[in-house]
Amino acid sequence: MKRLFLLLALFAAMALVPLVVRSEFWLNVCILTVFSALIGQAWNILGGYAGQFSFGHALFFGVGAYAVAVLQVHLGVNPWIGLILGAAFGAGVAVAVGWLTFRYGLRGSYFALVTLAFAEVFRILANSTPWTGAGEGIMIKLSPRPSMMQFKDLGHYYWLLLAMTLACYLTVWWLDRSRLGARMLAVRDNEDAAAAIGVDAFAVKLQAMALSGLFMGLAGVFYAQRYLYLDPGIAFGPTESVEALLVAIVGGIGTLFGPLMGAVVLHALSEGAQVALGSLPGANMVIYGTVLVLMVLFMPRGLASLTRPRSRRKGGRDA
Amino acid sequence: MLNPTILWPAILNGVTTGALYALIALGLTLIYGVLHIINFAHGALLMVALYIVYFLFRLFGLAPYLSLAIVPPVMFALGYALQRGVIGRAGHGRDENILLVTLGLSIVIENLALMLFSSDTQTVETAYGFSTVSVLGAFIPVPKAVAFVGAVVTALALWAFMSRTDLGRAIRAVAKERKGARLVGIDVDHVYAMSFGIGVGVLGIAACLLMPSYYVTPQVGHGFILIAFTIVVLGGMGSFLGALIGGIVIGVVEAVGGLMLGESLGQIGIFAIFILILLFRPQGLLGHRA
Amino acid sequence: MLDVSNLSKTFGGLRAVDDVSLTVAEGSISALIGPNGAGKTTLFALITGFHRPDGGAVRFMGRDVTGEKPFRIARAGMVRTFQIVQPFAGQTVRENIAVGAHLHIADRTAALSKAEDVARKVGLADRLDVDAADLTVAGRKRLEVARALATDPKLLLLDEVMAGLNPSEIRDVIPVIRAIRDSGVTILLIEHVMQAVMELGEQAWVLNQGRLIAEGAPRSLAGDPAVIEAYLGQGMARRLAGGRADA
Repeated sequence: MKRLFLLLALFAAMALVPLVVRSEFWLNVCILTVFSALIGQAWNILGGYAGQFSFGHALFFGVGAYAVAVLQVHLGVNPWIGLILGAAFGAGVAVAVGWLTFRYGLRGSYFALVTLAFAEVFRILANSTPWTGAGEGIMIKLSPRPSMMQFKDLGHYYWLLLAMTLACYLTVWWLDRSRLGARMLAVRDNEDAAAAIGVDAFAVKLQAMALSGLFMGLAGVFYAQRYLYLDPGIAFGPTESVEALLVAIVGGIGTLFGPLMGAVVLHALSEGAQVALGSLPGANMVIYGTVLVLMVLFMPRGLASLTRPRSRRKGGRDA
Repeated sequence: MLNPTILWPAILNGVTTGALYALIALGLTLIYGVLHIINFAHGALLMVALYIVYFLFRLFGLAPYLSLAIVPPVMFALGYALQRGVIGRAGHGRDENILLVTLGLSIVIENLALMLFSSDTQTVETAYGFSTVSVLGAFIPVPKAVAFVGAVVTALALWAFMSRTDLGRAIRAVAKERKGARLVGIDVDHVYAMSFGIGVGVLGIAACLLMPSYYVTPQVGHGFILIAFTIVVLGGMGSFLGALIGGIVIGVVEAVGGLMLGESLGQIGIFAIFILILLFRPQGLLGHRA
Repeated sequence: MLDVSNLSKTFGGLRAVDDVSLTVAEGSISALIGPNGAGKTTLFALITGFHRPDGGAVRFMGRDVTGEKPFRIARAGMVRTFQIVQPFAGQTVRENIAVGAHLHIADRTAALSKAEDVARKVGLADRLDVDAADLTVAGRKRLEVARALATDPKLLLLDEVMAGLNPSEIRDVIPVIRAIRDSGVTILLIEHVMQAVMELGEQAWVLNQGRLIAEGAPRSLAGDPAVIEAYLGQGMARRLAGGRADA
């Protein structure tokens, strides 16, 4: 309960941001940070809790984004319905990919590479089909009304994103105190031992995929509505995949607050670098890559491991 | 629809391109076979090698083929240092950590290149760059023919090195039985770094052969990395012959697929092969199930 | 309760388990003994679904479970432990045991409190919040048993839960196992520690090179020097003598 209180208090404080921050620039930085915290947590459900490292999480992001955009542009489906469908498509594609890969026993690095390959396949498909706008991309018609999930005020976008992110963090809070969460950690730490005491590892991994894909899909819906434009590279390219895993790993995988910490630290670093170096192309990513290497080398359990120095626990869960 | 006069040049183009892919995959498969790690930075390291070839040409007028004397040793040293200093320390008992650290390295390397060299496409212009040779009625550019021969020679040389030299035998011993190798006094960390160095050194050869018919940008590695992984799993992880055949198969699939489905959709064949092989035959087409 | 009939498994030409049949009676403690490499652990793996048998059948509580997935067999009430302990490292003892308890208990709080009960039964009550990776060998062996026990099994297959323990630790574990049986759980164990087999076992089978070569009461088997010499080999004879001397 203490953690739930802390979580809600944090999000309540974050909800005040648009009332305090008046500059569009800084509000945008806050949106990017919360966005990272969302996709990092989505990745964390699968990677941190269920132990399956994905290198292609953009796949589910892209599916959610294209779902809301294509349905809206070609079939006139309202984006609020598209939001539900985008999340459902994200989850559905994740389950399909999981069903194929886990059925055939892919683990570890092979799972990572296959998710990457699936994202590439979708990128090429999106590049070649007319109803996704192929290489030119797809544009959602500007109509800044809340009923069309478009807002004149950047703060409203921020609140929409924050609500999605809260849903994701509440889900993980629930995982921490549920049978499903306990089973995910068991599968992560030792699949055979889990099976021996009655855990259906395949089903558990599929459920992790579904939840992870669902929140990536939601993130995709937000992205599409925020920028009203998508192309195959944005949707399925490596950027979102890398950001999702980076945020979770830097913050601490398998922890509730890790991805949030990771998102804040990474965006603080990248803004700091902008100030120090000016806007050099690539400078951001050099920092991100360096942080990733250093974290894996020296702090493989992420920043969250700093907050409980006495314990050697990977899971980092409070009872 | 598939007229042989169109199909044959496509196949020939695929075979020569595939040999280059194979050359890139050779280093990857060696590293996997010995260290059992997946080097995600392979594409980025190829890009580094291509830039070295490019700058040797730009600054000193050194022809790409003459760079063969310089670039492979430099890349070898880089690989050795990376394995000893960074990658070898990152495992913490999980192979995903290696994947992550090599991903991190590739991000750093690519974006450093972007900062230093900008995203402009750079090429090397040579007298022979546009000349062609005729093979059974189809024409292929001379650099591609040279690259094909170079790839085959490199694969053979690697194979001979692994079976005929002391270091090669030590590498194979470590690949097979790490603990046992340590017990008989082999310096396993050194052998790991040597293997990694050789794998990256082969990229130096690939870069010298590739540059006359290709180009370099900071992102050039992206196009190769998944293709190289596909070849490695297709040929069987750790198999040189498998990589050579796998590379040529992939080159032909890409060329013929592109002819039939169009350039962008043609690439799907490669990823489909990658996914299907990993799902159904992870030991590769030529390998045996352990 | 458990009926194994004509079970066989071949690994690359080697007959690891060869035409083995045995029956475990409800409420009993029985033991599977034999030298290293005799196929005991493989037999456990075949019974509990970790390997698929080449031939033969496994019936549990009257139901054919041959070749079923391990988690299904565990749900049916037959649970194994591992000779090489497999803790969920990084999780506490309490969390480890709770995963077992979750087999029949959905609620987290209830599963955690059941984990405490089980920990008390196996003597881990004072280490509930210790990281499983920090336990001693004896502690990890107990954790294996606790996790399996938390699933409320009908039949517990214990694979060398006493290997690597010192004599006083072994003396502590024996009553724990007996108490588990007395609470209504049938037990089949693989054991090298003959002292334990002698004290606990009502029925024993001797496995050698994949085949069952003798069965009966442990004392009659192990007391028979011909059995020891002919089937268990000198290594076992020594261990037997050692086990007695330790006791």
